[in-house]
Amino acid sequence: MKYGYYPGCSLEKNARAYHESALVVAKRLGIEFEETPDWNCCGATEYFAINALAGYALVGRNLALAARQKLNGQGNQLVAPCSACFLNLSKTDHYMAESPELAEKVNSALAAGGLSYEPGSVRVRHLLDVIVDDIGYMTVAEQVRKPLYGLRVAPYYGCLVVRPDYQHIHDEPEYPLCMDGLLKVLGAEVVDYPVKTHCCGGHMTQISEETALEMIRRLLKSAADYRADVIVTLCPMCQLNLDAYQEQVNKHFGADYHIPVLYFTQLMGLAFGASPKEVGIGKEFVDARPALAKIQEEPPQNAKQKRSRPPKGALPMPSMLSHHKGGGQ
Amino acid sequence: MNHKPMEEARIGVYVCHCGTNIAKTVDVAEVARWVGEQENVVVARDYKFMCSSLGQDLIESDIKERGLTRIVVAACSPHMHEKTFRGACQRAGLNPYMFEMANIREHDSWATDDRAAATQKAKALVEGAVRRVAHHTPLEPLPVEINPNTLVVGGGIAGITTALELANAGYHVYLVEREPSIGGHMAQLDKTFPTLDCSACILTPKMVEVGQHPNITLLSYSEVEKVEGYIGNFTITVRKKARYINEELCTGCGICEEKCPKRVVDHVFEAGLGYRKVVYRPFPQAVPKYPVIDRENCTYFLRGKCRACQIFCPTKAIDFEQEDEIITFQVGNIVLATGYDLFDARRIPQYGYGRLANVFTSMEFERMVNAAGPTGGKIVLRDGVTEPKSVAIIHCVGSRDKNYHEYCSKVCCMYSLKFAHLVHERLPDAEVYNFYIDIRAPGKGYEEFYHRLLHEGTHFIRGRVAEVTDAARQPGEEGKLIVQVEDTLIGKQRRIPVDMVILSAGLEARHDSREVSQLFKMGCDFDGFFVERHPKLDPVATMTEGIFIAGCAQGPKDIPDTVAQGAAAAARVAGLIHLGTVMMEPVRAYIHEELCSGCRICNTLCPYNAIVFHEDRQVSEVITALCQGCGTCVAACPSGVISGAHFTNEQIMSQIEGVLWDVRRNGNGKQPTVNIQQSTANVQQPTVNEP
Ligand SMILES: Cc1cc2nc3c(=O)[nH]c(=O)nc-3n(C[C@H](O)[C@H](O)[C@H](O)COP(=O)(O)OP(=O)(O)OC[C@H]3O[C@@H](n4cnc5c(N)ncnc54)[C@H](O)[C@@H]3O)c2cc1C
Ligand code: SF4
Ligand code: SF4
Repeated sequence: MKYGYYPGCSLEKNARAYHESALVVAKRLGIEFEETPDWNCCGATEYFAINALAGYALVGRNLALAARQKLNGQGNQLVAPCSACFLNLSKTDHYMAESPELAEKVNSALAAGGLSYEPGSVRVRHLLDVIVDDIGYMTVAEQVRKPLYGLRVAPYYGCLVVRPDYQHIHDEPEYPLCMDGLLKVLGAEVVDYPVKTHCCGGHMTQISEETALEMIRRLLKSAADYRADVIVTLCPMCQLNLDAYQEQVNKHFGADYHIPVLYFTQLMGLAFGASPKEVGIGKEFVDARPALAKIQEEPPQNAKQKRSRPPKGALPMPSMLSHHKGGGQ
Repeated sequence: MNHKPMEEARIGVYVCHCGTNIAKTVDVAEVARWVGEQENVVVARDYKFMCSSLGQDLIESDIKERGLTRIVVAACSPHMHEKTFRGACQRAGLNPYMFEMANIREHDSWATDDRAAATQKAKALVEGAVRRVAHHTPLEPLPVEINPNTLVVGGGIAGITTALELANAGYHVYLVEREPSIGGHMAQLDKTFPTLDCSACILTPKMVEVGQHPNITLLSYSEVEKVEGYIGNFTITVRKKARYINEELCTGCGICEEKCPKRVVDHVFEAGLGYRKVVYRPFPQAVPKYPVIDRENCTYFLRGKCRACQIFCPTKAIDFEQEDEIITFQVGNIVLATGYDLFDARRIPQYGYGRLANVFTSMEFERMVNAAGPTGGKIVLRDGVTEPKSVAIIHCVGSRDKNYHEYCSKVCCMYSLKFAHLVHERLPDAEVYNFYIDIRAPGKGYEEFYHRLLHEGTHFIRGRVAEVTDAARQPGEEGKLIVQVEDTLIGKQRRIPVDMVILSAGLEARHDSREVSQLFKMGCDFDGFFVERHPKLDPVATMTEGIFIAGCAQGPKDIPDTVAQGAAAAARVAGLIHLGTVMMEPVRAYIHEELCSGCRICNTLCPYNAIVFHEDRQVSEVITALCQGCGTCVAACPSGVISGAHFTNEQIMSQIEGVLWDVRRNGNGKQPTVNIQQSTANVQQPTVNEP
């Protein structure tokens, strides 16, 4: 399958590991990416906050370029691995479709560069959604060579990819489960991470460090409370905040967190049998190697037994709704 | 095509203003003036309220004085007033079927603000009616006898009420209940708001009465499979599922239940909070008293071994060979009282049900506080022993929320108040927090009950809860469930740590309500609740004659309202039975025998088997008594020789020609006249092609 690919600025710099691992995984799953030629920055959050129209025009240019990529059979599907890029691209498409006035303004700006964009002509996708929905758990499972047995992972979605969910991708934007399912397929032990959609603070580190560190602390604490070995993310911003600021959180709060923060594609790559180096392990600030050393050859035995015997006299525990995307595990 | 009526038709047309409902958008005077110029129209008037007695008098006197032979009223929907105007015709000595109604309200004035377009459409609808009525023929309604037996589906408090009302009036009732016992949700409840009387104490006497009533045939653990026929004469097929218990031998002693070695979580009666045996009665007061064996979980059915129940049963009532039984019977009327399902709180994962052990649903809590429930009435956490020191009750779970159900479930505020009271009563030291959007307490004694709770010290926090989490953030949150909410009265985000959370889940339509409505050939709304004939004036009847609805199957409601509807449905049915016959529309198919080619295509198509074939004459004939007027054969006949009374080809074709008056080119030799004033709105005007 062939998709347009919009890496965005982060994947070229701080999130290189995401980029590299995404390409490894895509190759194994038979996903073909064609990078949108001459793309520009999506404007992140700042641009929209200061001058919305300029923000829309900036993103509109990327959409216009993507629309010109003629990709066989697939319509024009544009994959953005970064949550902020994904949100900005879908937001611009959505609002241009909703407001012909905005579309006209954006297009008059684009006209200066000989471009124009018709809303709806590009379908913006997040990488996670492509892997779970188009490829499916079954196909992923077939690629697993070295299951992540024994590794306790906290699935962290962040806020941008699930809300406001312009395209209604998520069954449950307030408490998504699709990455949980994916990580289970890889053999990992997925903890119930209650803050999975809470905000990492975004660029708050540049505005009010105090606030930002508290937001990051909450995320780290919850992962530690659930004894997660790794926090798994799908957004360069989240990764950066949790990883690069972990030391500062420790200093500021007198805590001692050492939780590596990896991209879901890195774990997929490892489970598919790629070497740590191939999927960019080693680029993170909080060293992931001690955590990854916990991966076992065999599925852990005790986990199952513990669950089946509730204390005597206890009331039955209800089960969660099974996640119906993607198929078997 | 040119369809000439048989005699010279003298048509009267009456255009109603409906106050301003129609007159505001349709130029009624212009419509009346214009139609007065049309062929065969002798009188054309507009009038403020045609349905008033003065309006009806107008029709009557015109018939008598001007010798009208056909009447058209352009007003509201025939569902509202066709009967009224047919009555006026009849009183003036005109056959009521020489009447036709044009709906210029629902189909026109209410659908647009564009006066010119609305007036134009009104003319088309009226002209259609005028041309149609010219071909009407006098008809006589068909009397149908009402079978005095009634089918009630669903044995909750609604169905129980209907069944008892009818049975006590001397009529026979078949009560079909899907579960092993009647009682419905009310049997699960502990106390009932606002009077706090014990639910079982007021319900079980009624259940016992149903079980013993000579006029009630109780078919529990059964489901309706097929419904045939129509008002007065329904044939019902019921599947009585195998209980694997011989009801004639079983004394209801309960020894099998005691001896059965296998227990499973009871997701129905105990709402998942407790266990039951594989051979079980949902609760001790079950009616009927016979247990059932849950085949899917029974060790004997799974592995061919066990039979403990059979070995110990003193009367040898266990019968593993029993099979489902198919029962058919006749009834005249049907009441559907299938109730509701509780909203599945797992659909809102951020509230933690299924993830966080000490989050409970409201129904679980009902079972917990019930002295006969899994904890013997003790309020405890999931571990079965620890008493909570603080309890949060979250209102509107799945209700008043566009992501789930937009409607208010009506009873959850009140039962949440009841829960708060019960916690105060059982755990006087516990703090109770109710998180609400609005407190909806409209009912006799309800607001007073709310005030009582305010005095009992419940904390009321106004705001929709964002999430329930165990991610502690501040001191005091460790090991607790934290309810994160925007308190909209103080305008602040708050985090309230508690030990126990109760989710006041809303009421939703039965998961299978759509299939059930199809089975009975009646409608259900977007949310899946059954649709009443009229939301205000006819809340228990449906659009299908002879089928009534009662209780939560029609929409969320509390027990008092449910009982009122149950009784109302019974009264409606009793009225019909008492009449003995109803008059049915004489809309029936008729085969013009002399033209029938004997191809027999219609024979097999008729869903009511109402067509017979005469071998001797090689022609088909419709048995009028069986025909339902569905029109299938009329459309199917390749020779076009079947006509549906009141829906003949002439009538339909003339109506279509009338509706198309402004685009018709050579209908009656007149040139088409299009005279609409320029409208302000930007609507596409009908264009006229020159011939
Ligand atoms: C937690 C909670 C607490 C409540 N507390 C109170 C209270 O204190 N006071 C109060 O007034 N109200 C209370 N209510 C509301 C009350 O439960 C309802 O008003 C009442 O039970 C409605 O009765 P019903 O007969 O319409 O429906 P149900 O009780 O749902 O009964 C329907 C019956 O039909 C059967 N059935 C369904 N489908 C079929 C089918 N296809 N074929 C055959 N049988 C079928 C079902 O098995 C069931 O027995 C509470 C509700 C909840 C959720
Ligand atoms: S045969 Fe089935 S129902 Fe009977 S005792 Fe054994 S498990 Fe229970
Ligand atoms: S009754 Fe109260 S709790 Fe229930 S949906 Fe309505 S407002 Fe919400």
